[in-house]
Amino acid sequence: MFFSFFLGLKAAGIPVSLREHLALLEALEKRVVAFDADSFYFLARAALVKDERYLDRFDRVFAECFKGLDGPDDLKRPLPEDWLKKLAERLLSEEEKRSVLAQGGWEALFKRLQELLAEQKERHAGGGKWIGTGGTSPFGAHGYNPQGIRMGGSSQGNRTAVKIWDRRLFRNLDDTVELGTRNFKVALRRLRRFAREGSALELDLDDTVRATAHNAGWLELKLVPERHNAVKILLFIDVGGSMEDHVRSSEELFSAARSVFKHLVHFYFHNCLYESVWRDAHRRHIEELGLVELFRTYDKSYRAVLVGDASMSPYEIEKPGGSVERWNDEPGAVWLSRLFAAYPRSVWLNPVPERYWGSMPSIAIIRGLIEDRMFALTPQGIDRAMRTLSR
Amino acid sequence: MQRFEGTDSYVASEDLQVAVNAAIALERPLLVKGEPGTGKTILAHEIARALGRDLITWTIKSTTKAQQGLYEYDAVSRLRDGQLGDERVHDIGNYIKPGKLWEAFTAPAAPVLLIDEIDKADIEFPNDLLLELDRMEFYVYETRQVIRARERPIVVITSNNEKELPDAFLRRCFFHYIRFPDRETMLRIIDVHFPGLERALIHEALSVFFDIREVPGVKKRPSTGELLDWLKLLLAEEISAEVLQSRDPRKLIPPLAGALLKHEEDVHLLERLAFLHRRERQS
Repeated sequence: MFFSFFLGLKAAGIPVSLREHLALLEALEKRVVAFDADSFYFLARAALVKDERYLDRFDRVFAECFKGLDGPDDLKRPLPEDWLKKLAERLLSEEEKRSVLAQGGWEALFKRLQELLAEQKERHAGGGKWIGTGGTSPFGAHGYNPQGIRMGGSSQGNRTAVKIWDRRLFRNLDDTVELGTRNFKVALRRLRRFAREGSALELDLDDTVRATAHNAGWLELKLVPERHNAVKILLFIDVGGSMEDHVRSSEELFSAARSVFKHLVHFYFHNCLYESVWRDAHRRHIEELGLVELFRTYDKSYRAVLVGDASMSPYEIEKPGGSVERWNDEPGAVWLSRLFAAYPRSVWLNPVPERYWGSMPSIAIIRGLIEDRMFALTPQGIDRAMRTLSR
Repeated sequence: MQRFEGTDSYVASEDLQVAVNAAIALERPLLVKGEPGTGKTILAHEIARALGRDLITWTIKSTTKAQQGLYEYDAVSRLRDGQLGDERVHDIGNYIKPGKLWEAFTAPAAPVLLIDEIDKADIEFPNDLLLELDRMEFYVYETRQVIRARERPIVVITSNNEKELPDAFLRRCFFHYIRFPDRETMLRIIDVHFPGLERALIHEALSVFFDIREVPGVKKRPSTGELLDWLKLLLAEEISAEVLQSRDPRKLIPPLAGALLKHEEDVHLLERLAFLHRRERQS
């Protein structure tokens, strides 16, 4: 029973095993829930998904597998016009109202909303890009998301225009998309794990007392690895230029990183690394630090993490004088190679989605320089980067 | 079978009810995650209250070991008793101190066992409890006895996501993620805690609350717990809906904001926004 659903979850990359599937069947057999679609959805979710990262993917698979479970009646029901108007009154400014009228008035807006809703329903598997994405759509643009607002009907949640699983409430928990500080923390903590390996030993007094007593008074010393985070990180963040779009995600990473590592030194650069970096993003040129000096100050035990979109003209990497800020005698590629040689354990985190990497020549060059240790700036990418760093 | 449907002081959404009832029916642990302050720990208290069971709480710290939940052998007192020639020393059972799991397994009626903040412990901690939670029994080596649960307790486990939990452990649990309540649910929650509160005040307080949550860059967004504290303060200080409503640009920071904002930086952020706002007004 529900086997294609189960396989669909597997195909979507949700770690489900037979054990969970059997648990679901057992729960159904024991009549834990009544036989209605919502309860079944809740039950399946509780039994099969074990991490909030997968909830959104689960919702998508569920929508795909159980299409038309309740019948499409809900959507055909006309939207109450008064309600729509009232909502618009509340949400739109005068100016926006005028532009709505210019676009064809309430009827047009109303019709468009219905179309969008239908569209969204049909193309749901494709990512539901219609409503709520902002930009040109008259709906998303005003921060009004029909998915999030109950449409008519009672307030008990069942008879809403958009089905619960179609509302995709958990979208921002998916680890391949969202860059929340919390998600980063989980990924960054991976580094902490071996922090205890190989560090100095200290006397475990409690355990020694216990073991000695256990030994009927014969002294037995117990030692534990000292519990401190020995991981040392040099963090280089690209600021300005094409990174403006990504500054927020970089800063989130930064704030996450600060609380995880004991030794974390951060520097800023612009586009590509040249002979010096800055200590303070706002006081560039005032607090510069030469890379040679940096190599002398921080030894090989540091690991280097570079955060940047690596999107620039190839000229800026490969030619002397390629820097957009000043004259550089040696090309950026030389300085990058020196950095990677000085810190053999280094990774590059790139906020540009991985699927666009192929279309950017400068990304390919830097990937070559760092021997393919470039990862996407998503929790998943960070996880892989941390694994690489820890080797 | 007993069903959990929320209580007069706890609003359980439908999906939460299904998850809890599934865990009770199949006698498996329920793992609860969610933003801090969304009522993860309270859930166990309320399940116990609703079903008339006892609650046993095992709060996990970074130094907690799985063994401590089963039992501890107090070798130090036994050694001392041995040196003083105490009679008790001959029975090793005198020095076995039952842990929370033991307590839960041997309770006369199956209690609710809350394992709070399991992610605080060492990464191997959940793995060390796999068998014990699965079979609901364990072996005491010192006295060669098996402690088995007479009735399987209802196990609720909370996690704040500081560490990833092992797959084998997750597979044995039901899982529920408590989403941040929307406005309607929040209204129901407030009704439960402050019945008969003035509608206008609730309405204004909620607007301020959700506005603050929306401010980009806030480090610790206020959650349900903080909202309830704040309402309590508002009531105690007898602040009226009008004061909240006035939204005087010079006082963009709501009254008693300390209950909502726990980070100094967040307070500064709001102050800065208020300042910018004011400047915009003037120019």
